[in-house]
Amino acid sequence: MSKNGILDSKIPDGPIEQKWDRHKNNIKVVSPANKRKFKILVVGTGLAGASASASLAELGYQVQTFCIQDSPRRAHSIAAQGGINAAKNYQNDNDSVFRLFYDTVKGGDFRAREANVYRLAQLSTNIIDQCVAQGVPFARDYGGLLANRSFGGVLVSRTFYARGQTGQQLLLGAYGAMMRQVDLGGVELFARREMLDLVVIDGKARGIVVRNLITGEIETYSGDAVLLCTGGYGNIYYLSTNAKNSNATAAWRCYKKGAFFANPNFTQIHPTCIPVSGDYQSKLTLMSESLRNDGRVWVPKKAGDNRHPNDIPEADRDYYLERRYPSYGNLVPRDVASRNAKYVCDEGRGVGETKLAVYLDFADAIKRLGEDTIRDRYGNLFEMYERITGENPYKAPMRIYPAVHYTMGGLWVDYNLMSTIPGLFVLGEANFSDHGANRLGASALMQGLADGYFVIPYTIGEYLAGEKLPKVSTADEPFSKSVKQINDNIQRLLNIKGKKTVTEFHRELGLIMWDKVGMSRNADGLREALKLIPELRKEFWENVQIPGDAKNLNKNLEFAGRVADFLELGELMALDALERNESCGGHFREDFQTPEGEALRDDENYCYTAIWEDQGTGKKPLMHKEPLTFEYVKLTQRSYK
Amino acid sequence: MDKRLNLNLNVWRQKNASDKGRFESYQLKDVSPHMSFLEMLDVLNEQIIKDGGDPVEFDNDCREGICGMCSLVIDGIPHGPQQRTASCQLHMRHYKDGDTITIEPFRAKGFPVIKDLAVDRGAFDRIVAAGGYVSVNTGNAPDGNAIPIAKEMADKAMDSSECIGCGACVAACPNASAALFVGAKISQYTYLPQGAPERTRRAERMIAQMDAEGFGNCSNHGECEAVCPKGISIVNIARMRREFVKTIFS
Repeated sequence: MSKNGILDSKIPDGPIEQKWDRHKNNIKVVSPANKRKFKILVVGTGLAGASASASLAELGYQVQTFCIQDSPRRAHSIAAQGGINAAKNYQNDNDSVFRLFYDTVKGGDFRAREANVYRLAQLSTNIIDQCVAQGVPFARDYGGLLANRSFGGVLVSRTFYARGQTGQQLLLGAYGAMMRQVDLGGVELFARREMLDLVVIDGKARGIVVRNLITGEIETYSGDAVLLCTGGYGNIYYLSTNAKNSNATAAWRCYKKGAFFANPNFTQIHPTCIPVSGDYQSKLTLMSESLRNDGRVWVPKKAGDNRHPNDIPEADRDYYLERRYPSYGNLVPRDVASRNAKYVCDEGRGVGETKLAVYLDFADAIKRLGEDTIRDRYGNLFEMYERITGENPYKAPMRIYPAVHYTMGGLWVDYNLMSTIPGLFVLGEANFSDHGANRLGASALMQGLADGYFVIPYTIGEYLAGEKLPKVSTADEPFSKSVKQINDNIQRLLNIKGKKTVTEFHRELGLIMWDKVGMSRNADGLREALKLIPELRKEFWENVQIPGDAKNLNKNLEFAGRVADFLELGELMALDALERNESCGGHFREDFQTPEGEALRDDENYCYTAIWEDQGTGKKPLMHKEPLTFEYVKLTQRSYK
Repeated sequence: MDKRLNLNLNVWRQKNASDKGRFESYQLKDVSPHMSFLEMLDVLNEQIIKDGGDPVEFDNDCREGICGMCSLVIDGIPHGPQQRTASCQLHMRHYKDGDTITIEPFRAKGFPVIKDLAVDRGAFDRIVAAGGYVSVNTGNAPDGNAIPIAKEMADKAMDSSECIGCGACVAACPNASAALFVGAKISQYTYLPQGAPERTRRAERMIAQMDAEGFGNCSNHGECEAVCPKGISIVNIARMRREFVKTIFS
């Protein structure tokens, strides 16, 4: 990529371990007197948005923060269970910044930027310190020091946790830090607002347009920079572990305004979720990956073995992960574990009523450690499992199956986290930058907080100090134009008065995505998706039925706008998956696999980030490439054998 | 296949904050016992939309019992009959064919109704803003292991910090008191060295804000603990009181 073009990644020169420090020394700093003149609009209050809001307000910037829920504390980061990685080496197991960097690049199947990942690994240790200082009650041992556990895809124990509610505790820490700034006047908070447009003036992000979800009013806010911290788009599959309100709309509207979208097809299918039970199902529930520390995954050796799991003797069980991957066993990375679960179910060896599940068995761990230890480690997860399924996992193995969980793809950003629209920064899951084609467990929390606490407070200065940003007002024409467009669009949706509900369209899209752009894809299926999705989109705009009006709380109307955007994004995901003629991480193309059924990468032709530029709905977007170079981790076929 | 349920639902309908509101009855057939309570409401809403009506608005998000957004009173009990379970995690297998279920919003002066079953819990954010945190700026932290914290203390802090901020405690309390919510946050930081320097100020300000929001006083009914989906103990209220008494003598 040209160093000067719009896609200049701005990766600093120098040895990888010095890049971030050098960069910090070189970037501009805004004077304290000027900081208070700048207004930053932060959209989303998960780990990235809350930590950024707090940190920027501490520095003296005026911050306005928006969230879709009734309280910023409910952002979906709250649901992360297992933990957060940090290269502290507290366990003396030879962990290091380099090893965390290495594991993350390898885990991402060599489709992430080395420099970004290295910075993430470096900052990981600061995050733990910051969170401890905030009073986050991490698990501790009897000596009073911080405890760790292992997660998939690594050979060290570097995951910090707070029972099975690590995301909740970290978010409450960041939310607390932000609410302190609300109290001090640094942050102004707007809850129950949904961002529906980005306002670009003179080529720069200068404001947002949101819908007040209670009054239905379309509101405008101007500022000097916009931080998009709106999470991922896994809900496009209808069934996912995402919260019901998680959506792609804010990011998608930015894409329509000129922000490029990177690797849209890179989706993480998490191996340990509670299986689907019926067609009314509204979401799927994750069982933390940490369970694979002590749980053993198996299916019967013979297809159609309908005995109760406790009646199936050892000799008739296939612990397929331990068999195929002796060195990592049950702790292989998520993409590998998910795919293998699919294989054994495809062979007819799945279990439970639907035969789309495998066992996660704690009998050995309970025998070895006792039920109390297991309860101490995973008690809340076991309870949750029992509440949902009505079965007791202390007595019989859990049934689990993969489910959509996280999207590695997202808006393209440079090393400063700035998108292709100057002044629009993208943090956390909403950007594409650190996880390549597969995210390792306990790395999402790390990235959200690194971006918000430790990257953006520095890199935003480079932009604000270096740009001329004349005053803009929400009375300016670009704002009123956007408001009119949004109102017209809402009216258009309400006027359709068709026969199919928003949920029915969403489910239908989800099925197409899961079948054709899901855990494994092939060229024919992707081509079919590229035909089916535009057809469904057309039908949506002719036949959707939305009750009520736009003047008060109307969830169906909110969801209609989001599903309309998903119906465009889905096409882009299928296109991206079709153009990438290789398998890597979560992107598994059946037409590109090794004889053993592992992902077959093609580094010669596809060692790049695919970056899409919108050309208008219905027109094929333009693909740009950012080549990836690996100087510190040698490109190899990933092996967990 | 498990036996499907036919249910009678009495649902609170209220157009907006100024509407008086009323119950409306709905019949719902063929409900799978494996559905969650909110999925049952989804099915009801699809039926209402198909019939040309206005669906029932209810708050929800994660649907796995951790975000605290769902807020239903089911047959008179916030979050329904199953203990330590948020509305979203309640499943229909706990009901029988032919049951009548009454569904209302959380009711409290501090939680005005927005529409149908959705209420405004912004008061909780304002209480947290008054001191529910450790005042530490980003970048000021010593090494995470610099201050050892006894496991029992860290565990107790975690017990308090598990609160999901749903407000069921307020909805269950005859006085509509927010003492369990506020007590849990105040208690969390009494177990940890990090929160110590500002514990008096924290208690003083958070309690003052709780009063200003129109929540009632605690008179030890214990309903809050009984309905809390996270099982937060009423001991947290005792600790809050102790902290409050300290503010008088400080």
